[in-house]
Amino acid sequence: MLVNDLETDQLLALYRRMLLLREFEERVYYLFLQGEIPGTVHQYQGQEAVAVGVCDQLSATDWITSTHRSHGHALAKGISARQAMAELYGKATGCCGGKGGSMHLGDPAVGMVPAIAVVAGGNSIVSGLGLAFKLRRSDQVAVCFFGEGASNEGAFHEGLNFAAVQHLPIVYVCENNIYGASTPYHAVSLVSDVAERASAYGIPGCIVDGMDVMAVFQAAAEAIAACRAGRGPILLECKTYRFIGHSRTDARGYRSKEEEAEWKERDPITRLARTLAAAGVAQATLSQLESEVTAEIDDAVEYARSSPDATPDQAFEGVYA
Amino acid sequence: MTLSCTNVESSTAGNADPAGRSVPAEHHPQPAGGDSGGRSLPARHHPQPANSSSGRPQGEPLQPVPGERRLTIAQALREAIAEEMRRDESVFLIGEDIGVEGGFGGAFGVYLGLVEEFGHDRIIDTPISEKAIAGAAVGAALMGMRPIADVQYADFLFECMDELVNQAAKMRYMSGGKMSVPMVMRAPVGTTNRGAQHGQCPESYFIHVPGLKVVCVSDAYNAKGLLKSAVRDDNPVLFFEHKLLYGSKGRKQAGNLDLTAYVPAEEYLVPLGQATIKRSGSDVTVVSTHLSLYRSLAAADELAGEGIECEVIDPLTLVPLDTAMLWASVEKTGRLVIVHEDTLTGGWGAEVAARAADECLFSLEAPIKRVAAHDVPLPFAPTMEQAVVPSTERICSVIRELCN
Repeated sequence: MLVNDLETDQLLALYRRMLLLREFEERVYYLFLQGEIPGTVHQYQGQEAVAVGVCDQLSATDWITSTHRSHGHALAKGISARQAMAELYGKATGCCGGKGGSMHLGDPAVGMVPAIAVVAGGNSIVSGLGLAFKLRRSDQVAVCFFGEGASNEGAFHEGLNFAAVQHLPIVYVCENNIYGASTPYHAVSLVSDVAERASAYGIPGCIVDGMDVMAVFQAAAEAIAACRAGRGPILLECKTYRFIGHSRTDARGYRSKEEEAEWKERDPITRLARTLAAAGVAQATLSQLESEVTAEIDDAVEYARSSPDATPDQAFEGVYA
Repeated sequence: MTLSCTNVESSTAGNADPAGRSVPAEHHPQPAGGDSGGRSLPARHHPQPANSSSGRPQGEPLQPVPGERRLTIAQALREAIAEEMRRDESVFLIGEDIGVEGGFGGAFGVYLGLVEEFGHDRIIDTPISEKAIAGAAVGAALMGMRPIADVQYADFLFECMDELVNQAAKMRYMSGGKMSVPMVMRAPVGTTNRGAQHGQCPESYFIHVPGLKVVCVSDAYNAKGLLKSAVRDDNPVLFFEHKLLYGSKGRKQAGNLDLTAYVPAEEYLVPLGQATIKRSGSDVTVVSTHLSLYRSLAAADELAGEGIECEVIDPLTLVPLDTAMLWASVEKTGRLVIVHEDTLTGGWGAEVAARAADECLFSLEAPIKRVAAHDVPLPFAPTMEQAVVPSTERICSVIRELCN
């Protein structure tokens, strides 16, 4: 049956993918606290609807750029939980052979540039992706994920302006989770919506409910189709929220528990579960997906744990200058 | 202001456009553990120079021969670009003022005439927007294109340091070797009475970055062959050219040099990582690039009259650096002087000196000397400017003191 023009099967696929991202992150958080995962982590809980809703529309030959908060994008674009988890563990079996880590997940096989962890770094690089597609006259599309904080970087402006004058097939997906680390967006910009900035470049900007995967899915579908038809670039601003801190040590003292509770009411996963239940999907079907995802994450953790460590001499492989 | 998704469709009207090799390591630590015995690790500084495909012996001074085909550096670069664009569809140009009808053909005219042959699809004029230029080049290179990007003055590279240093240099490594960035970034260096922000020689900043190759060209023959090699290289290459050496413009400032050189009509490549001896000598090795190279050659002429024979070497590429040729020369002469227009402290001469001390100290009979721009921002007034950068007189004086 159809819910908002989407088949139930499609919705279940979106639901399963969002669950995968959530369960991956919750397990990573636990493993990180256990000391199994080195370094730091920037996590994606709460924002799943954005990565999943957008990437579901893309093929492996379409490309994305990502940020320091890359886990969700990587899983949504098709990097396996095994390869992502192994990379977080610093194992040679990770998607970047252990050289990237949490902030640089990527793999050309699924169309993901190693995530760029300098804020707005992807905003200037993605122009080149779009330019290559245009020069080759292919119908590939590039998607640039970035946070609202990136919209105050010079690269946001230079990248978007160049992409606009070249009519490049790029969907800029701003994940506005309100806070750049601890700083609220309203304290650093007098423009209340990032989408409004699109008008400065003569391109369309669109606000999307980033806690509703169907809304993201539909907005992304329109934007991607427009880009494939030569009418890019387009800026989508997805209003969303990260349920966790910016990174590992963030106690979130800069925002209220009430605000967090309000946003958790809009949890994209429970929201879609309610929609599916209302459409007559049995709870058993959803539980089955949850079990599958748990098994997939169990397997990923086991794979990462049992993979060999990257060896010290591998640090000197692939060096050319 | 209200924005809705309908804008996606409605406001786009009018927006439509149809449209490593493995080399011995000296500088990388031998990792503890693991089986690295007998395996050669990749290194930053020790290339295995490939054979040049040219028929002309490397190291031979480029003396005019009657009837020879002589080009300026600007002409040679233009030929290299045109040949590579004809050979490979993935090569394109991106920069400011490079293809505008009635425009400049790039800040120094290198691209003049190319847009007529290759059109605006492959010669992409950008906004004044160095981050966009470098970012687009990195991104397109990641997708398998071979962009030749340029900035109008090398000073502007600081506008796109993130794209060059954090992205271009690291993508291949961070991706576990799955992706590469085959791009060239051209940048004109050199002081020309334009003050502190249009005359720097910033190549030393980039030799510090693992993952970037750095080329400095000083004559038309090597400029052409090296640019062609840089375009074919699978990794990012920064290609530094000196503004006073392009051709007829600035000849007087450059010391009335004949800035043309022999460039054969047939195709050739000059490999990255191979230095060239510009003048043979037995008393002192002088390593220099760009305009300082010509001042070093002038100094060598003058000193020859005093009985001091200089061996003048153009390293051509700073990364990879042909230390084999440099140290062989030092072994012969026992003295080493490095001359560059970049400032002294932390300049590439410091790296050459440190490596010489490390690798051929016992060939040296005298302290290593550097002749470089003094550690001040570049002043505008010609009288002050020429007091800052290395002059022929200063080079002579240092060498004289070293040899006597």
